[in-house]
Amino acid sequence: MIRESLIFEISDPGKPAFALPALDVPEAEGLLDGLAVRSDIPGFPQVSEVEVVRHFTRLSQQNYCVDLGLYPLGSCTMKHNPKVNEKVAGLAGFAQAHPCAPPETVQGCLEVIKSLEDALCEITGLQAFTVQPSAGAQGELVGMMLIHAFLKSRGNPRKIVLIPDSAHGTNPSSAHLCGYKVQEVKSDPTGRIDPDELEKAVTEDVAALMVTNPNTLGVFESDIADIARIVHAKGGLLYMDGANMNALTGIVRPGDMGVDVLHINLHKTFSTPHGGGGPGSGPVGIVKALEPFLPTPVVVRRGEALDLDFERPRSIGRVRAFFGNFLVAVKALAYIRTLGPWGVREIAEISVLNANYIRKSLEGIYDLKYDAPSMHECVFSDKLQKEATGVTNLDIAKRLIDHGYHPPTMSFPLIVQGALMIEPTETESKRDLDGFIEAMKAIDREARESPEILKAAPHHSYVRRLDETAAARNPVVRWEKPKNP
Amino acid sequence: MSYISLSAADKSEMLARIGVAAVDELFGCVPEELRLGRDLDLPPAMSEPELLAHFDKIAGRTTYPRYLSFLGGGAYHHFIPAAVDALSGRGEFLSPYTPYQPEVSQGTLQVIFEYQTLICQLTGMDIANASLYDGASAAAEAVLMAQRLNGRSRVLAARSLHPQYRRTIETYTRNLGLTIEDIGFGPDGRLDGADLAAKLKNDVCGIIIQSPNFFGVIEDLPRAAEEVHGRQAVFIVAVAEALSLGILEAPGKLGADIVCGEGQSYGLAPAFGGPFLGFMACGKASLRQLPGRIAGQTKDVDGRRGFVLTLSTREQHIRREKATSNICTNQAWCALRATIFLETLGQAGLRETALQNMHKARAALGRLTRITGVQARFTGPVFNEFVLELPRDAAAAAEGLRAKGILAGIPLGPDYPELQNGLLVCVTEVQSRESIERLALGLEEILR
Repeated sequence: MIRESLIFEISDPGKPAFALPALDVPEAEGLLDGLAVRSDIPGFPQVSEVEVVRHFTRLSQQNYCVDLGLYPLGSCTMKHNPKVNEKVAGLAGFAQAHPCAPPETVQGCLEVIKSLEDALCEITGLQAFTVQPSAGAQGELVGMMLIHAFLKSRGNPRKIVLIPDSAHGTNPSSAHLCGYKVQEVKSDPTGRIDPDELEKAVTEDVAALMVTNPNTLGVFESDIADIARIVHAKGGLLYMDGANMNALTGIVRPGDMGVDVLHINLHKTFSTPHGGGGPGSGPVGIVKALEPFLPTPVVVRRGEALDLDFERPRSIGRVRAFFGNFLVAVKALAYIRTLGPWGVREIAEISVLNANYIRKSLEGIYDLKYDAPSMHECVFSDKLQKEATGVTNLDIAKRLIDHGYHPPTMSFPLIVQGALMIEPTETESKRDLDGFIEAMKAIDREARESPEILKAAPHHSYVRRLDETAAARNPVVRWEKPKNP
Repeated sequence: MSYISLSAADKSEMLARIGVAAVDELFGCVPEELRLGRDLDLPPAMSEPELLAHFDKIAGRTTYPRYLSFLGGGAYHHFIPAAVDALSGRGEFLSPYTPYQPEVSQGTLQVIFEYQTLICQLTGMDIANASLYDGASAAAEAVLMAQRLNGRSRVLAARSLHPQYRRTIETYTRNLGLTIEDIGFGPDGRLDGADLAAKLKNDVCGIIIQSPNFFGVIEDLPRAAEEVHGRQAVFIVAVAEALSLGILEAPGKLGADIVCGEGQSYGLAPAFGGPFLGFMACGKASLRQLPGRIAGQTKDVDGRRGFVLTLSTREQHIRREKATSNICTNQAWCALRATIFLETLGQAGLRETALQNMHKARAALGRLTRITGVQARFTGPVFNEFVLELPRDAAAAAEGLRAKGILAGIPLGPDYPELQNGLLVCVTEVQSRESIERLALGLEEILR
């Protein structure tokens, strides 16, 4: 196998450069006079196009991806990314549109935003949406800011945000960034929020409860209506992290559960590619009362045409330039249009079917700390293997790589020691699910028969187990020209 | 059309193994009274040909591509080599998640490592993160980082900073006890030195300046840096047109403590404003205050070089509310495109492209200011944008040119009431001598 160099190591200033047409205007005299300019960018590469193409093609082959196979990364919802959506997003009327163009010239773009907002309102049961947030975490921040602005307009923004101990790490971080103090709510023995415990924690200092539903164990918060009543009774708001919305589409709507503010991840529920870590998109939905506070601008209908409304004096402002990760919105809308109402419902039905199939097939072989019914994902742990053989969830995950699968989410949620969080999504075939199940069973056998195989795994990957401790202790975060070549 | 991969027989077998009769039973945990109980009110499903026709029609309602456009202001039209689309469109880059399992993610991780290196080289800083959402939110993160570095709470922001960046900073800092004050601009379009001197006191946390600024004018960074450092404040330089770094000296060499900005010019289409690419770089000493993901180099058990996400104790999934930022998903694929773009252009191609932008902007400025009544609003040196002072309201003039099929620029009145006649015009390498002439003739006509 060719070990791929860093581009800087194969660079040579004598290589031919990318070419532009010859300058067709007269060269300006004294163009750079008096300016601090650079004659050279030390270390910056110079390679041929052939080398660039081979470099990135080889690098691409070192990645596992959902186009290759099952990617059961719990909470991350790695489903198939339809190819046609890329084509739609590449249409010139979307990809080449300039964000500062007069609204009359970008009607198609505004229509996409409006149509997506409308579809999301219907799917979630909320009254208005903004697609400005760039990803889930920024959606959370916008949601918290909307709550802050709304409560402040009523006289008191309050001080505390309650967050269950099973929550995504972004929840407390986003609440904190909005100036709130975070208070943790302990899960009950079934992994859910206990309404009685919640009742004690909710005071008139509490601005909101941030709940993930289904929660990060993949368990539906069946008491959600009571939870909403408890929070509302003290004047607080119910925020829902919609990262797991794919378990609910067409079945039950957050707005009907009493949720006031919600973010959803278009790169999860609505199939847009994760691109190795983004771009995502984290639209935020709200009940009517919060509408005046939405980020600016808002797409509005004026007669036949769509327009941008910047005159919103009570708005929280903006959290980024322009209108969000627009092309991600295009792909999500294309997905919703492809599926139609029944297809959107099928997202939930089949993702829950697939997750329960895996759960049932692996139950007893891997420990299930919480046995409440699973929705779109199930959280096993390494308990049985660890006690019997000393093998950990890390070893199991790394061995899965040798069996040809991406590992599940590990060590999250924090309330499950040695967690293996499995989310197959609705687009997997039974054949692939069975293959994964067999691999997990084989790994359990291997753990008992020859645990050293797991401890040294992976064996067949481009690199083997990497020293992450050394990376953090002595950070090398960029290439530098060797001092003595 | 559906993307489900189960046959009816598969479903029956699976339900049988689970031990339920129907899928509906799996939703028993959802209280009946909360359920929707009807079909969603959405348009019916579409086949792929129908979908393409449907979106062709919608995209066609965007008439923008039919105009000759000189719009810039934080989103730029640049040529994108075919290799960028071909390589970034590979499923191996488009369809993985964040590289949490490094052994099967070396492609993505090495790309991030190369990207971080390129950003360091371009900005002249020691370290860079793996990306942020966009230039505006990167500017906000830079201000929050400055506060973590010295604990002060008064921030100065140049009025010539992109107005949307400025508003984003306001939103991010509103509930955190920070105050933001303006520093004006002078007749040259550069930072007003006297205003800076008057406002720069020992309680100032940091100052954020954009260069080239929103008016396209290249700032005198060393001069500002000296004053800012005299007060031990943090000097943040924002770069909204990253192509300028191909020719202008790196801000890190001119005194910047944090360089943040927008990388859209590196191989990303204008895309109605996103997805774009926020970048951030700083000095080694500030490493642990840098927000966002970072890739680092290490070795595997056989001693081979490999890359991992590192220093995650700064991040939300470990530190929760004590994290340096709430960011999780970033713009990794956009950073990939930037990496392919920069490596394809190479040192020589990047410099040539940047120089062509400067020459063409200069040529356009010269041609347009020969029109009676039209002048350059500012005297300072520019990169690829400039502000024209028109003899009448710029919004009305732009509207007049639109009727001729030309989007001449961004009228500045809405953001700068004192620049009611100011039009921000952007000329990049994609414009030709003929297109500049067409703009000039059009402007002459409507001013006649």
